[in-house]
Amino acid sequence: MSGYRLDHGGDIDRTRPLTFHWEGKSYSGFSGDTLASALLASGVRMVGRSFKYHRPRGLIGAGLDEPNAIVQLEQGAQTIPNLKAPYVELYEGLSADPVNAWPSLGFDLLAVNGLLKRFIPAAFYYKTFMWPDWLLFEPAIRKAAGLGTSPALPDPDVYAQTSAHTDVLVVGGGIAGLSAALYAAQAGKTVMLVTGGAHWGGRLAGTSDTIEGKPARVWIEDTLRTLAAMPNVTLKARTLATGHYDHGMVSLCERLTDHLPLEQRSGPRQRLWRVRADDLILASGAIERPLVFRGNDRPGVMLAGAARAYLHRYGVIAGRQVVVATNNDSAWQAAFDLAEAGARLVAIVDARNDPSAALLDRARSLGIPVHTGMAPAAARGGRSLRGVRIGRVSREGRIEGATQTLRCDTLLVSGGWNPAVHLHSHGAGRLTLDTNLQSFTPIAAAGHRSVGGAAGDFAPAAPIPALWSISETGEPDPEAWVDFQNDVTAGDIALAARENFRSVEHLKRYTTLGMASDQGKTSNVSGIGILGTLLDRPMQAIGTTKFRPPYDPTPFGVFAGHRVGEGLRPRRRLAFHDWHSENGASLDEYGGWMRPAAYPRAGESEEDAVRREVLAVRAGVGLFEASPLGKIEVKGPDAAAFLDRMYVNTISTLNVGRCRYAIMLTENGTVFDDGVVTRLGEDHFLVGTTSGHAGAIAEALREWLQCEWTTMQVLVEDVTTCWAVANIAGPKARDVLAALEPDVDISGAAFPHMSARTGHVCGLPARIARVSFTGELSYEIAVPWRDAGALWTALVEAGAPYGLTPFGVEALMTMRIEKGFLHVGSDTDGATLPQDIGFGGIMRKKTQDFVGRRSSLRSDGLRADRRSLVGLEVTDGNPAPLTTGAHVLPATAAAPQPGEGWVTSSTWSPTLEAPLALALVERGQDRMGDTVRVWDLGTWREARITGLCRYDPEGARLDA
Amino acid sequence: MTRYSAWSLLRAGLSGQRTWTPAWRDAKPKKSYEAVIIGGGGHGLATAYYLASKHGLRDIAVLERGWIGGGNTGRNTTVIRSNYFFPESTRFYDFSLSLYEDLSRELNYNIMFSRRGMWSFAHDRHGVEMLRRSANAMRLNGADAEYHEADEVFRRIPGLNPSPRFPILAGLLQPRGGTARHDAVAWGYARAADSLGVDIIQNCEVTGFDIRDGRIRGLETSLGDIAVERVGLAVAGHSSVMAARAGFRLPIVSYALQAFVSEPMKPVLDTVVLAPSTGTYLSQSDKGEIVVGSALDLFPSYAQRGSLPVLEHTAAGLIDLFPHFSRVRLLRQWAGIVDVVQDSTPILGESPVKGLYLNCGWGTGGFKAIPGGGFCFAHNIATGEAHPLAAAFSLDRFRTGALIDEAAASGIAH
Amino acid sequence: MLLIDCPWCGPRAESEFRCGGESPIVRPADPAATDDTTWADYMFFRDNVKGLGFERWHHRYGCGLWFNIARDTVSHRILAVYGITDPRPALEGEA
Repeated sequence: MSGYRLDHGGDIDRTRPLTFHWEGKSYSGFSGDTLASALLASGVRMVGRSFKYHRPRGLIGAGLDEPNAIVQLEQGAQTIPNLKAPYVELYEGLSADPVNAWPSLGFDLLAVNGLLKRFIPAAFYYKTFMWPDWLLFEPAIRKAAGLGTSPALPDPDVYAQTSAHTDVLVVGGGIAGLSAALYAAQAGKTVMLVTGGAHWGGRLAGTSDTIEGKPARVWIEDTLRTLAAMPNVTLKARTLATGHYDHGMVSLCERLTDHLPLEQRSGPRQRLWRVRADDLILASGAIERPLVFRGNDRPGVMLAGAARAYLHRYGVIAGRQVVVATNNDSAWQAAFDLAEAGARLVAIVDARNDPSAALLDRARSLGIPVHTGMAPAAARGGRSLRGVRIGRVSREGRIEGATQTLRCDTLLVSGGWNPAVHLHSHGAGRLTLDTNLQSFTPIAAAGHRSVGGAAGDFAPAAPIPALWSISETGEPDPEAWVDFQNDVTAGDIALAARENFRSVEHLKRYTTLGMASDQGKTSNVSGIGILGTLLDRPMQAIGTTKFRPPYDPTPFGVFAGHRVGEGLRPRRRLAFHDWHSENGASLDEYGGWMRPAAYPRAGESEEDAVRREVLAVRAGVGLFEASPLGKIEVKGPDAAAFLDRMYVNTISTLNVGRCRYAIMLTENGTVFDDGVVTRLGEDHFLVGTTSGHAGAIAEALREWLQCEWTTMQVLVEDVTTCWAVANIAGPKARDVLAALEPDVDISGAAFPHMSARTGHVCGLPARIARVSFTGELSYEIAVPWRDAGALWTALVEAGAPYGLTPFGVEALMTMRIEKGFLHVGSDTDGATLPQDIGFGGIMRKKTQDFVGRRSSLRSDGLRADRRSLVGLEVTDGNPAPLTTGAHVLPATAAAPQPGEGWVTSSTWSPTLEAPLALALVERGQDRMGDTVRVWDLGTWREARITGLCRYDPEGARLDA
Repeated sequence: MTRYSAWSLLRAGLSGQRTWTPAWRDAKPKKSYEAVIIGGGGHGLATAYYLASKHGLRDIAVLERGWIGGGNTGRNTTVIRSNYFFPESTRFYDFSLSLYEDLSRELNYNIMFSRRGMWSFAHDRHGVEMLRRSANAMRLNGADAEYHEADEVFRRIPGLNPSPRFPILAGLLQPRGGTARHDAVAWGYARAADSLGVDIIQNCEVTGFDIRDGRIRGLETSLGDIAVERVGLAVAGHSSVMAARAGFRLPIVSYALQAFVSEPMKPVLDTVVLAPSTGTYLSQSDKGEIVVGSALDLFPSYAQRGSLPVLEHTAAGLIDLFPHFSRVRLLRQWAGIVDVVQDSTPILGESPVKGLYLNCGWGTGGFKAIPGGGFCFAHNIATGEAHPLAAAFSLDRFRTGALIDEAAASGIAH
Repeated sequence: MLLIDCPWCGPRAESEFRCGGESPIVRPADPAATDDTTWADYMFFRDNVKGLGFERWHHRYGCGLWFNIARDTVSHRILAVYGITDPRPALEGEA
């Protein structure tokens, strides 16, 4: 037992006690406490085990710099690993456990690592575990590594995201931040002031310091009241600035419910703010450095500033017998405050020979013994500090001469302060070394500046002694910790330097210095100092490692925000979605759209349904929703000439009212898309694209128009979702269409295959195209999306006497394979050229250039052994279709070998009662009738190369 | 060179770690070299090592502008695999993978190659067909691949979301795939190359090329001129910058590729997972961090910084796969600059300048290619002939159109 | 998150745009008469500048306009926004 609570002081509410659980035991604290302050007040010393050696550890800090008190909060779906206890607000019923200790914090089996410490220094794992194989050792290493435990259940919480613009964003709610916000607000700017913690006022809150003649507490309250009353000011506590990105964007993570008892939480847990400010003011304060000396990680060694924060914010005294060791003035104030609050100050130990007379006088008046020119040589004790041995210290940090031991249970240390330059550096701001601070300060940059502690405004008039590493040997001590969480010692830094890991980045990566969950907040600058001393190079020349967002670890959930489940990418619904659902469709996602795969009846498998639907279309008439087919209007005086440049086919020769199947290439010559182009008027075309591809095609058309052929007068508009499309296909399709009483002549002669009409069906404005992907007489009827219901109802009614059968995508695919119709994306990939799919002849005939032509005619495109699209006929008597994705091998292949191509589409053909496939095969078009072997995950099939079209090759049914 | 072993650790432990010597010397550049490699990343260091160990060249320097391994070698998500579609790719990457399998012992440096398998998924019917096509291609081209139906995928990857937005219908597992400790790869090659006499020169920027009659004669560097007639350029991310100094352009655009790590946690994921739906890939490091990445920042960049939009996209992709990682916290984000080429296939071979060879264009996947890339590049520099495994990766393919378009063909982000 | 000043819509977030790469890229006037090397140069070879670069962007989820910007590829600072057919402005790079 060491820390204890005062009966007065601090920002806690002593009338509201709270019960919480730590390691399964009950404790009590007060409203306003953090988990750390409540544990400290309860006398809990040991709060964690270190990452590697599992050494017992106590609280060092009072904020996000805390490396030791890493906890697992709550259980089950609510659990969160690796939170820093000083940043966990206490609530009724809170339950937390230490991490990285098994079976318990007090008795941790892996503490044996500490005994082996001398044999497993930094980076030892690169030098061993190679024989016989790393895999033998890795599982044990992995189990020992890690801190907390991942949740095993889905996150029950939701997260919100929002954006904001403000004239001024002030980060940090301390005195500097409050002042900067007030100044900007009074100048009429819109101001957003955020602070990461629950409290305002920063380090000075609750102290006896005065600001503008008022006690700090009063000044803070007055300023907050003033700010809160101003309409142009937004104040946000519990809102941590996590990152500073390009063009001044700052991300904030606001914690909305984390401080509430679990049962009182509702709504989003946290909110991500993306803030743009004309002026970013960083008032993020400074972070204290520990002193580096032997045993400095014993529970009971704490930063002096942290002890002061625990006193003033929470009314907690960190220990019963307190020694303060420092190289600068700030820790003296901690000693004075604690002494005045009734703590027993054993001594102040200052490495400087001549602390100011004012400090010495004050210490004398408070009865605190002072040892100047001295520093801690070693901390004594095991799981808890029992004393500190001190001695005279040289400028280089060497303890010289005799030492004496001071009995104490608490040692408050200060090695100086580092401005918190993280956000400044995220924003590519540069740093300079302040030799008085022995630390890096920000150089003001465009759009953002630092103020207060973050700017190093506390720098003394003369340099503080650097004192990077204290040791009795004069060499960096392997028992003196620099990075507490990752167990990196001064000796490890010396080892890295000895092995030539002398770049600051090598030092970090080799030793893991600064790579822990605090990202080196208390250790990085000390590490640079020690390395600089070892190499005899100035710290500026060594430089810092890169500061990376986030400032403190931030849940992935808040970055994902609404993009979970359906919110990640909402599925698009067809115009007749409800009808499909109600009529037994099995819906599946195709290119972002939920479409009927088939309409299986009771007892039918999907395969059964597909066969029935195909046969119904072939014999009678079927109904298919084709709304996702891309529809792009292309209009203007140059529309025809433009499309000639875009398509492999010539479009300008198309007559009004006629349709043409055409393919489009990328400029790299590969097949980009195919579809039916309809000429609606002299200067007006409707470009059909594959489903789900309309946006990309429209974008490509616009890019060519805006960036290359800038003088062409053409308008491009994607109207895909303006029109709902029903496709009726089959020999009786005309009868069904006729029953809808169209106001255009639909007789075969007046409305031939590959033509289109604009008119009305069942009183609805409609575009009717006689085009076919099934190989049957087929009409695509497009009506305005809002009229979809009326059209579909009319069709179903009119079709009933003809046995109109709804069919899905899979039946359509089966029929197009029977027909040998290409499906871009299945039968082509990003390497397929037009000549590979039978468009070589059309290309040769067209004299004019078009997009992709030149690329398709490079020497590789002219190779004789290119893969070309062919049909495959199964010859092994096995009725099962070939597997799409199976590979095609030569007939002579006896064992697996690199293939000659692959199956691109495959189906059972109910019409031909045979398995059919399409394939891209080397020299395929020259090998008609050849036998090949087909290999799929070790199984072999036999097939013969055929033409593409296996059903109605003359096309008589299309022209019926 | 001190040989590393459990014994050497024991001995050093008894002597206060004083017996260790530098892993590599800090060399000063000589006036001339037989061969110089520009770029002290994995590829450059591996090339130097293989030039020395396989081709007997000893008079070699590696010039590094900053610190070795500081580019993409030290910034990537460490995935090693050979799940490619075209035989040219599979053969090369599988060779590289096989070198990785024995690399720790060859270099006497534990690079922690962790054969934990690599999965990629199919999310829709078409995806299943493409995955099957890839699995077959890999097996026929000599790589290991297992195709599994969804049930087996879920059985083998505990915690995988049973009802993600993008359904998992099938999985392709490459059992030999895995991860390695990226820094260790650079350091291991550096130490091994150094022990064979290679000069590793850090903080040495190549500022100009001495080219006469279309042939390289020497280099101008921040540490003085060097006469040399065989130069390998292995500076992925900055290939265009160096090419410009040598007077030519490359078919490359530089983009930032981000990576993200969570706080370290106890083991929770024991394989590597890629979901093509969102491009998200992840694994858990030996230290316990979830290492995750997804998409490029889609504009040209030389800034090795993270951004918010890609972080948001990646977090969403991660949570769709593993909803319990939503409460896990991001520790750090950063970016590396990658050479993106049209066909996601590297450029390995001659440049327009005689004697100057190119190792670039690795896109987002250069790390897994380090041993293979170094091996083949060393062969090219030493013999003047492309190694058969890398012959298809020539710069000439952009003229002939013989692109090896992995991204387009395999549906897997490379 | 870049903030891009669309000439039509004003400053908007990067996520509304798509970058179309280096600009201008001049398409050979007569592709059929262009040799493979020149064609490859047009198709694939880029300056890929570290520092001041010129590129075209598309306001994809906005007005649909293509326009040019001059942007530093290291700091990402945008130094100029100009029309798609306008010449490159004379600027100094930062990197």
